Amino acid sequence: FLNETVENVRLIDRTAPRKAMVGTLYLSATHTIFVENNPETRRETWVLHSMVASVERPPTTPSGSHLVVHTKNFQVVQLLIPQERDAMDVQASLARLSRPEKYSELYCLSINPNANKEEREESWSFLDLQADYRRMGVPNNLWVSTPANSEYRVCDTYPSELFVPKSATPPVIVGSSKFRSRGPSDPFFSQAAICRCSQPLSGFSARSQEDEQMLEAIMKSNPGSDYIYVVDTRPKLNAMANRAAGKGYENEDHYANIKLQFIGIENIHVMRNSQQKISDVGELKTPSMGDFLWGLESSGWLKHIKAVLDAGVFIAKAVAEEGISVVVHCSDGWDRTAQACSVASVLLEPYYRTMKGLMLLIERDWVSFGHKFSHRYNHLEGDPKEVSPVIDQFLECVWQLSEQFPCAFEFNERFLVQLHRHVYSCQYGNFLGNSQKERRDMGLRERTHSLWPQLWKDRAQYANPLYRADHTQTQGILRPNTTPYCFKMWKGMYNRVEKSSPPRQTPTDLLTAVREETQQLEEELTNHQEVAPGGTAQPGTKQGIQTRSRNAPNERCSLRPIYKFINVSLLITIN
Amino acid sequence: MFLCSHFILTQPVTFLVKHQQRCQEMEFAELIKTPRVDGVVLRRPFLPTVEGTLCLTGHHLILSSRQDNTEELWLLHANIDAIEKRFVGSLGTIIVKCKDLRVIQLDIPGMEECLNIASSIEVLSTLDSVSLMYPFFYRPMFQVIEDGWKSFLPEDAFKDLESMTEEWRLSDVNKDYSVCSSYPPLVAVPKDVDDDTLRKAAAFRHGGRFPVLSYYHKKNGMVMMRSGQPLTGTNGRRCKEDEKLINATLRAGKRGYIIDTRTVSVAQQAKARGGGFESEANYPQWRRIHKAIERSSILQESLIKLVEACNDQSHSMDRWLSKLEASNWQTHVKEILTTACLAAQCIDREGASVLVHGTEGTDSTLQVTSLAQIILDPACRTIQGFQALVEREWLQAGHPFQQRCSQSAYSNSKPRCEAPVFLLFLDCVWQILRQFPCSFQFSQHFLVLLFEHTYASQFGTFMGNSASERSKLNLSQKTVSLWSWVNRPQEVERLSNPLYEANCLVIWPSVAPQSLLLWEGVFLRWKRSSRCLDEAYDEMVHIIQYNNKELQNKVNNLRRQLAQLETEEPLLQTP
Repeated sequence: FLNETVENVRLIDRTAPRKAMVGTLYLSATHTIFVENNPETRRETWVLHSMVASVERPPTTPSGSHLVVHTKNFQVVQLLIPQERDAMDVQASLARLSRPEKYSELYCLSINPNANKEEREESWSFLDLQADYRRMGVPNNLWVSTPANSEYRVCDTYPSELFVPKSATPPVIVGSSKFRSRGPSDPFFSQAAICRCSQPLSGFSARSQEDEQMLEAIMKSNPGSDYIYVVDTRPKLNAMANRAAGKGYENEDHYANIKLQFIGIENIHVMRNSQQKISDVGELKTPSMGDFLWGLESSGWLKHIKAVLDAGVFIAKAVAEEGISVVVHCSDGWDRTAQACSVASVLLEPYYRTMKGLMLLIERDWVSFGHKFSHRYNHLEGDPKEVSPVIDQFLECVWQLSEQFPCAFEFNERFLVQLHRHVYSCQYGNFLGNSQKERRDMGLRERTHSLWPQLWKDRAQYANPLYRADHTQTQGILRPNTTPYCFKMWKGMYNRVEKSSPPRQTPTDLLTAVREETQQLEEELTNHQEVAPGGTAQPGTKQGIQTRSRNAPNERCSLRPIYKFINVSLLITIN
Repeated sequence: MFLCSHFILTQPVTFLVKHQQRCQEMEFAELIKTPRVDGVVLRRPFLPTVEGTLCLTGHHLILSSRQDNTEELWLLHANIDAIEKRFVGSLGTIIVKCKDLRVIQLDIPGMEECLNIASSIEVLSTLDSVSLMYPFFYRPMFQVIEDGWKSFLPEDAFKDLESMTEEWRLSDVNKDYSVCSSYPPLVAVPKDVDDDTLRKAAAFRHGGRFPVLSYYHKKNGMVMMRSGQPLTGTNGRRCKEDEKLINATLRAGKRGYIIDTRTVSVAQQAKARGGGFESEANYPQWRRIHKAIERSSILQESLIKLVEACNDQSHSMDRWLSKLEASNWQTHVKEILTTACLAAQCIDREGASVLVHGTEGTDSTLQVTSLAQIILDPACRTIQGFQALVEREWLQAGHPFQQRCSQSAYSNSKPRCEAPVFLLFLDCVWQILRQFPCSFQFSQHFLVLLFEHTYASQFGTFMGNSASERSKLNLSQKTVSLWSWVNRPQEVERLSNPLYEANCLVIWPSVAPQSLLLWEGVFLRWKRSSRCLDEAYDEMVHIIQYNNKELQNKVNNLRRQLAQLETEEPLLQTP
C-alpha cells in the first residue's frame, strides 16, 4: 500500500468549508503529502504519520468520501476523496502507518544514521547534564555522586549517575531504594534541595531503617534546617488507597522531622480523559459561549493545570523562602513527580527559563529520570491505558507562566508548541523508549539524531522579543498568581487558527521584525562602511534575513542598491 | 480611582484647605457631620497601607498623610457605589466599593466619627441634584489647548460626508428637540426626503427616533442607518413616509437589510405595547434579520454576577468557571460582536445598506452601529476618530449615560435604569483590539479611562441623557470637556498603542467563544497585580522607541554618507 497516489483530492479549510484546494494526495512510508494542483502556488501540506492520532471517515456524500485526520498535536486535516474505495484504502493505510509496532518503523530509525555521522555524533553532545549539575554546585562537600546505579543495578529507570547526600552510605542507598522502587536522588540543588523518589512500600506498618536514615541524611545536608517536607503529589485519598497494596506514604511517626504534604494532582487516567475533553472543546465548531464555558469546566483541564502549578509553587516556596529541603514523590515517581519538580525548577531558576535551560531541564527531569515517553505518548501500538499527557501539562504550565510573566522567558509560545510536537513525532531519538537504560540498549545515539541542536539552530524563530537577560522579571524566583481566573485555555495548542486573515498580527512577530530590521540596518551600515572607498556594495545576502515573519517582501533580501533598501525599511518601521 | 492623577499629584496642600473651605460655605456644609478625622488607616489593593487624616469635602473623600512623596487618596464621592461598616470595639472600618470596581478599606478610630463619616459619604455619593455635581465645580489645572466641546461638531462631520457623496443632507428639523427629544438638532438624512416626511416618520418610530444616517461606507457607497422600533402595534399600522424615507437610501433594484437586535419573540411581544417591527408586506425591499442582544436590565444583573464571581474567595476552578458562565457576561459580548459583524458584512461583503434598531434605539442599536464602524472604518481606530465615534454614535445619538451609569456592580439600591451598555461596547472594542493589536492607535488604557469617566468624572462630557439635556445644563459653558484633557500631547502619548501601524483594511474579528477573553483590564484590575504585564508593555514601548530612534540616526548617517558618495562616484547609483 505504500506510495499510494490519489488524484482530485480536496483539502478543506475547516474555518471556511466552501474554500478548498484541489490536488493530489501521496502516501509515503513516513508522510502523507497533499500537493495543490494550482501551478502557481503548488502548496504542499505534509503530515508525519507518527503524528496521526485518528482517521475518521464520515458517511459518504454524493461528492465523495471525507477523511478527517486528527493529529496528536490537535490539528485537524480534512480531505474529500472522490471515490469511496480510495478513501477506504487511504484510511486503512494511514491506520496502519500511524501505529507502528516496532521502534524500527519509526521515522528517526528509518533513515541512514551514518549519512551525517559527524553531525549526528555532535548532536548528542549538544547538552551536558553534568555541566548543569556543576552549575548548581554539585558535587560538593554535602552532596556526592554515587556509583550505586552505574549499571542500572539499583534502579533501572534512573540514570546511571545520581547525586545523594554525602552522609548516606551505600547500604543506606540500596536499602532505601529497596523500600521504594526508586530511591531519593537530587535533581535540583541550591542550599536546600529538591529530591525525588517513588512512594514508599510502607503499607499499613512496614518501615525501613535505611529509608528513614536516607531522609535524615537529606535533612542534614541542608545545614540549619531541622525538618524536610515530603511532598506527596497525589490526592490524599489515592495515597491511602495505595496502602492496601503495600505501598502508600511516609508515616510521620517513623520519620523524625518530616512534614508530609499532599498536593492532589490526579492520576494519568483522569488526565487522559480530561485532555480528550479539552481538545473537543477547542474543536467545537460554532459553540455558544455557554457550551464553551461549560465544556471548559467539565473537562477539568484547567483545574489539573492549576494543581500541577500549585505543586511547583509549594516546592519553590519551601526551598527559596523557607530554606527547607523537599522530597517529592507520587506513586512511581516518574509522572507527577517529574511535573512538580520541573515546574519548581522553572519557578526557582532563571536559567531554566532560557531555551537551553528548558532543554536541559527536560533532559534531566524527564529524559534521564525515566519518564516513560514511549508509553505515555503512544510511540508504538501499546496499552492505551498507559497513554497520558503528562509532559503536555508541564509545557502548559510553562505557557501559563509566560502569560503572567511576559518578559521572563527567553522563548516564545512556538518553542513550547514545537517541543510538544517532537515529544510525539519520533523524528529525533531523544524521547524514544521509557528510560535511559532502554535508550542505551537501543543504541539511539548511534542510530538517530538529537533534537536539541536543531531547535537551537532555529532559535531566531523561537525567541521572545520581550526577553532581556537583565530584566527584573528575568531575575530570581517567579511567584505566580494561581487564582482560577489567572488560567486561560491554551488557544495556541487546542484551538489553533490555521489561516489568519491579513491584518491579524501578533505583537511577538511585530517586535521581532522591528528588532531584525534594526539589526539588518546595522549590518548594512557596517557592510557599506567597509566597501565604501571605491568598491561595489553587495548588501542583503547575509544569513537570517530569510527568516522574517512580518509582511516583509522577499525581494528585499535580494541584491538592491542600498539607498532603496533603506527607504523600504523606513516605511515598515517608522510610522 | 484617580480621575486625573496628574492633577492630583500637583495639588499644593493649601489647595486642599481652600477647597474644603469653599465647599463648606456652600450647600454641602450641613451634609458633612465630621469634616476630618486623624489617625485613619487606608488599605487598598497593591499599595502600602497609609495612615493619615481623612477629610470630607463636598465632592471628595481625601486621605492625606501630610508627608511629602506619599500618595494621597482623592476619591470622588460620585465614584462610590456602596459602603459597608464594621466595628471591633471602638475601631470602626468602612469598606468603600467604587464604581470602577475597586474596593478600599478605611479604619477609623472612634465609633461616632466612623458613623458620621459613613452617613456623610452615603448622602454625598447619592445626591440626585444635577446642579451639585462635581463637573460644575471643577476648575482645570491644565491648559486647555483645544476645547473639546468644539472638537466634534456635527457640521464638521457632515463636511466629510459631503466630500464623498451628494445623496445626503443635514436637516435641522429637530433644532428645538421637538421632533425627537433624544436626537441632536442636526441629523443627516437622504437628500430627497423633506422635513415634513421626517416629522411624520418620527411619529411612527419609538421616541420619535426616525431613521438617520449612522455611517457611509466610502468603498461602495452603502450606508448604515439607525432608528427606534416602528410603532406598528397589534393591528399592523403602517407609515408611508417611513417607508419612503428608508427606501430613499436604496439604489435602484437593490435590497437592504433591517437588523433587529431583538429575537423574533421579543419583537412580537413589543407589538402589544405599541411597538413592533417592519413587515415584509410593507417593506418588500428589505430583509429583516433578528439577533438576540439582551435588554439593558438583564445586562446590569449580568455585571453584578460577573463582579461577584471575580470577588469569589474560593480557589476552586470549577466554581470560577461555573460562575463566569452563569453571569452570562461573555455571552453578551459574543452576541453584540456577532451582530456588529453581521451589519458590517451586509455592508462590505453583500454590498447592501442596513437599518439597525432594537426597541428604543438608544442601547443595543448603538452598540451594533458603533462596533460595525470600528470593523469597517480605519479612522474609528485612531484616538481622535474613536472620540468622534463616541461623540457621534453615543453622546449625540442619545444614549442615556446618566441613567445607565448612576450605579455600578456593588450598589445596594434597587436598580432603576442602570445598565452597562457602554461598558459592554468598550469590552467588545477591547476584544477586537486584542485580536488586532497593531491596528488601533490607542491602547486599552483609553478604553479603561472612558469606562471610569462614564461612571464618575470631573468632566461634563458624560452628564445628562441626551444632547437636549446637555444643552439645557449649558455644559459646554459651565464644565470642562473630557476631550480637552485627553487631547493634550502628554495624555495622547499615554493612551497611544506603541504597536500601531495604520491599517486601511476592514478587520474581521473572530467571535468564536475560544477567541473571546474576560477583560482583565477592568474586571481583574484590582484583583491581581498587573506589574509584570505593565513591565512587558514598557518593554514593548522601549523596543520600538529605541529601534526607531536608533534607526533614524543610522539612516540619517547613511544618507549623509550616500550623498557624499554620490558626488564622488556616480556609478554606485545605478540600480
